[in-house]
Amino acid sequence: MRQSASMISTVASAAVLMGTLAIMPATTSAAEEMTVIEQGKELAYDRKLGNCLACHQVGEGSLPGNIGPPLVAMKARFPDRAKLRAQIWDSTASNPNSIMPPFGKYKIVSEDDIDKIVEYIYTL
Amino acid sequence: MKKLLTITTALALLGAVPYSVQASPESDQKTFREHFYKRFPDTSKDDFVNGVYSIDSASREQWEEIEEFPPYELNIEKGKSLFNTPFKNGKTYASCFENDGIGIAQNYPYYDTKSGQVKTLELEINECRTANGEEPLKYAKGALADISAYMHYTSRGNVIDVEIPNDPGAQAAYESGKRHFFAKRGQLNMSCADCHVYNPGNKVRADILSPALGHVSHFPVYRSKWGGLGTLHRRYGGCNKQVRSKPFKPQSEEYRNLQYFHSYMSNGLEMNGPGARK
Ligand code: HEC
Ligand code: HEC
Repeated sequence: MRQSASMISTVASAAVLMGTLAIMPATTSAAEEMTVIEQGKELAYDRKLGNCLACHQVGEGSLPGNIGPPLVAMKARFPDRAKLRAQIWDSTASNPNSIMPPFGKYKIVSEDDIDKIVEYIYTL
Repeated sequence: MKKLLTITTALALLGAVPYSVQASPESDQKTFREHFYKRFPDTSKDDFVNGVYSIDSASREQWEEIEEFPPYELNIEKGKSLFNTPFKNGKTYASCFENDGIGIAQNYPYYDTKSGQVKTLELEINECRTANGEEPLKYAKGALADISAYMHYTSRGNVIDVEIPNDPGAQAAYESGKRHFFAKRGQLNMSCADCHVYNPGNKVRADILSPALGHVSHFPVYRSKWGGLGTLHRRYGGCNKQVRSKPFKPQSEEYRNLQYFHSYMSNGLEMNGPGARK
């Protein structure tokens, strides 16, 4: 137990070292190096996770569907960020017949990932 | 906003009250059709049998070119030869069906009062086999789909004529199919109607959704994605899976009832199977 924990910390410090030593940031590809917004974007685009592009225009994502409204001007449309999260967590709360999957309620993506998606969507 | 309003109205008519108020099949059918006529005023009523191509002129041209050298032609030939090959006991498929099995697909599915269940053409093809001492065939594709394709081909141009007799069993089968069609299902929580009633013409990613009216007219279908022919129930399974819902077995009671409802909605339209799709 102790051994594996120390192994992890060695690996982690090595990663930190490499990160600081690297000349170009692009050579560090670990997920931790991505900003939360970038991670949120990846989750939103991932076909098996958010797959928001199936129904929405989302940023520069290719071949967006048009079942839902384009996700633009989100800050203006959702001054209250909690409302935006709620729409993604369970779209059927505001519209029981919504075709939009209840991502949080049905555990399609994790709570953490919803937070990241919200971070990203809020930049649009 | 306008779109949302139309959707809500349609829901009030169709989806929101499918269980509480038991509308008659006739009035369901009327509401169902009017919805599509209104949504696609430029599509002629007979053209809904062409699925997504009835509402999207861009992909229609490509499809018309494909239909000039139909990819399912070989299947019809294979199906015809299987259909005409006698069983070991010397009898043929023709002996099991009305009019020797020619030009009858438009009358399926039907409610069989004797067995108290909905019978599809595919189910009866296998019943014919087992009654004559042969092994049943697989339902989703292969030889059975070929035979069905041939039988449907001989029914081209005939008008879909599915009856819901005034029989409690038939009504219950119809209601069960209707429920499957309108109920949200799977982890993604979507109904057939979500895609094919409220959103036809809209795009899921790059795919344009087809209207449910006319859906059943051209099965079995040759799909390039499948690289071959598949039955209607194979498609049902695929659409169930898309929303992460466990598919039912082809020719399960659930899918036969769904087909009963689904086909009744398209009564009066011409059979044009087999068809070709992406
Ligand atoms: C299957 C279709 C579908 C998918 C997938 C989908 N949505 Fe939606 N979304 C809709 C529809 C339709 C609406 C319109 C309101 C309603 O019916 O709930 C909507 C509304 C929204 C709204 C409110 C927009 C506004 O201005 O009112 C937001 C925000 C949103 N979706 C975000 C997302 C995000 C983020 C994802 C992916 C994690 C996603 N949606 C996936 C169909 C979808
Ligand atoms: C997430 C959206 C979605 C849901 C939900 C869905 N489908 Fe589909 N369906 C599609 C797409 C996309 C296609 C391929 C394009 C087209 O023809 O509509 C398709 C095609 C079909 C076709 C073939 C149409 C043709 O002309 O050959 C049938 C039949 C069909 N669906 C029936 C159903 C039934 C029945 C259900 C419910 C059990 C259902 N679908 C649920 C998206 C969906």
